[in-house]
Amino acid sequence: MNEMQTLLNDSITKLLDDLVTADTIRQAEDGTWPAALWEALIENGMTRILVPDAQEGAGATWEDAYVVLKASGAASAPVPLAEAILAGFMLGRAGIAIPDGVVTAMEGDFTLENGRLSGVARAVPWGRNATHAVTLVESGWGVETVLAPLHYARIEKDMNVAREPRDTLSFDHVVVDTGWAGLPGNAVRLYGALTRSVQMAGALDYLIRQSVHYANERTQFGKPIGKFQAIQQQLAVLSTQAAAVGIAAAHGCARADKVTSGDAAAFEIAVAKVRADDASSIATSIAHQVHGAIGFTYEHGLHFATRRLWSWRAEFGSGAEWADWLGRETLARGADELWPYVTAR
Amino acid sequence: MTDWGCGSSVAFSRKKNKMQTFRFDLCELPEETKGLRAEVRAFLAEELRHVPLVTRAQTWSGSDPEFSRKMGAKGWIGMRWPKQYGGHERSAFDRYVVLEEMLAAGAPVGAHWIGDRQSGPLLLNFGTEEQRQLILPKVARGECYFCIGMSEPDSGSDLAATRTKAEKVEGGYRVNGTKLWTSGAQHAHYMIGLFRTSADKHTGLTQFLVDLKNTDGITIRPIRDLAGNSHFNEVAFQDAFVPDNMLVGSEGSGWAQVGAELAFERSGPERYLSSFLLMVEMIRELQKRGGAEGAREVGRLVAHLVTLRQMSLSVAGMLDKGENPALEASVVKDLGAVFEQDMPVKAHELLGIAPTIGGGSDYEEVLGYLTQTVPSFSLRGGTREILRGIIARGLGLR
Repeated sequence: MNEMQTLLNDSITKLLDDLVTADTIRQAEDGTWPAALWEALIENGMTRILVPDAQEGAGATWEDAYVVLKASGAASAPVPLAEAILAGFMLGRAGIAIPDGVVTAMEGDFTLENGRLSGVARAVPWGRNATHAVTLVESGWGVETVLAPLHYARIEKDMNVAREPRDTLSFDHVVVDTGWAGLPGNAVRLYGALTRSVQMAGALDYLIRQSVHYANERTQFGKPIGKFQAIQQQLAVLSTQAAAVGIAAAHGCARADKVTSGDAAAFEIAVAKVRADDASSIATSIAHQVHGAIGFTYEHGLHFATRRLWSWRAEFGSGAEWADWLGRETLARGADELWPYVTAR
Repeated sequence: MTDWGCGSSVAFSRKKNKMQTFRFDLCELPEETKGLRAEVRAFLAEELRHVPLVTRAQTWSGSDPEFSRKMGAKGWIGMRWPKQYGGHERSAFDRYVVLEEMLAAGAPVGAHWIGDRQSGPLLLNFGTEEQRQLILPKVARGECYFCIGMSEPDSGSDLAATRTKAEKVEGGYRVNGTKLWTSGAQHAHYMIGLFRTSADKHTGLTQFLVDLKNTDGITIRPIRDLAGNSHFNEVAFQDAFVPDNMLVGSEGSGWAQVGAELAFERSGPERYLSSFLLMVEMIRELQKRGGAEGAREVGRLVAHLVTLRQMSLSVAGMLDKGENPALEASVVKDLGAVFEQDMPVKAHELLGIAPTIGGGSDYEEVLGYLTQTVPSFSLRGGTREILRGIIARGLGLR
């Protein structure tokens, strides 16, 4: 971490420590919008971290955003911060003014005619709470970034297993702002996968901290369960998985900063999402096993992170989907190109 | 209320638990390493042209003194050591590039590997000036090879149970006992032996430089492994005399020195690339079948490979800054061994081709070698359980 990232880390961690309590998350899961938390994130510029200075953003990098996204994942912050950051990144690239309100990002099956958007987007994060959604549409001339107001969208509510809103939004000739995207047509999925990978790194980091903490406190057979080798070995595995995702996601961010077209970062982003997916399955299982029955209760906070990991691993492309892409690319390049390709990046 | 009970919250545990986890900072290889990489690749393309793939699959278990001397002439051994000892004062990154290229190509680096990786650095840290002058230049030239005398019949993971005794006598020590699983002892010029100089569990251990070629009372017996190879040995000492000036560091500090040495042993890219050639040949077989068969599994392996490389580079970055990445090295070795060991399993699941010994295709032969060899990957250099114990201690659990 450089100096700026250390400052950013201190400030986002303090903000989330203060404003994300178990009650905040529980209430959000019951449908209460955490307004105070969201306002604080806006005031501190967190939602606009990837928006250029010229558009009143922080003008920061993906490596800086890593710090914020990881902290939000570790805290299970029940707000569309990652989506707002992603939307801000795309709007910034397209030179579209960032609207006030809650801006989310969506993937859908859309047509764009004379500045009017029609079509359906499924599983849109916080669709019901958002005032706007950003997407990309490929028209005859290329890829356009679209900022759609949600006032006229039809909304069908749904949730992922973390009880985060994932709503279906339908648009019928809704007037939208557009701009040349300067990004590949799959940029929502691509950079969405990157943001999820970083959030997952944060959630995994939380799992290891919480599990070690618990293992040192919980006593059975006359000693803390963390003194038993069976538990130690499991927690060691959990920690190595968390560490792997942390660096894989950081690598994805570093690459995203280095290239001008998202396509050129797809390899690293795919690596991060696959690694995060694989790690999540192992890590959630260990964390729950170590916590025993108490971790299976709603009252205990462990599941805020584990349910997010179970949701996020499938969002913006599951590990299987990205692995499939990585594998096809690898096979197409051929056996002898594997090592030169990996080392040239 | 116990704090695992009702009312504990996410924020609560985050505030209370500021435990230190590992540090894996991203580390990018400097631009200047590109020329070196190209040079190493050209060298390997020429040198390995006629080496069969199954031989190359042995990587750092394969031994070829002539190859080691050529590497020495290139300046690729002892790369980080001071020039006064025959070293080349290069960066940790230059060294990393040479190592990973050697391993990925399956170069027979085994002869000089241990001396370059750990015995040389050990002598630089703890050896006498005389020992450094005598030995390091020869190691850097690729002419002097090492083995590590740690394990014994009754002392494997429990290193403090070492029994081989070095008794003080006039002008030196008289050594009696047996070392076991000593890789490369039959080719090595020297052993760094860990011997018992007193009864104290930890402070009774001392490291010695043992001249294996010129000492009476040493019997080296190769042990055939399950694959039919004889990489490791039993080394028996019967009243073998080791002079005073061959003691490494100080008497009784062996335990502490071994700890530092193992950090070197565990930190390199050899801890995730041991099955890399099988990965390449597996991809080649899948290519032959056409289409996208196996793409998803290959993609997963690529994701793990790339992540392990970033972790390994991160360790190299810490070494370059003079930091001690012992814990991070254990993490990479543990994850790396799982990855390496999974490779023959994945190959079997995807292709279902029987492994062979002696007459098969490159793929079948490499699969034959690695299917039999991978169990050792989580034993050598510290077992999986020992490494995870070290990691657990790092997490504050022990």
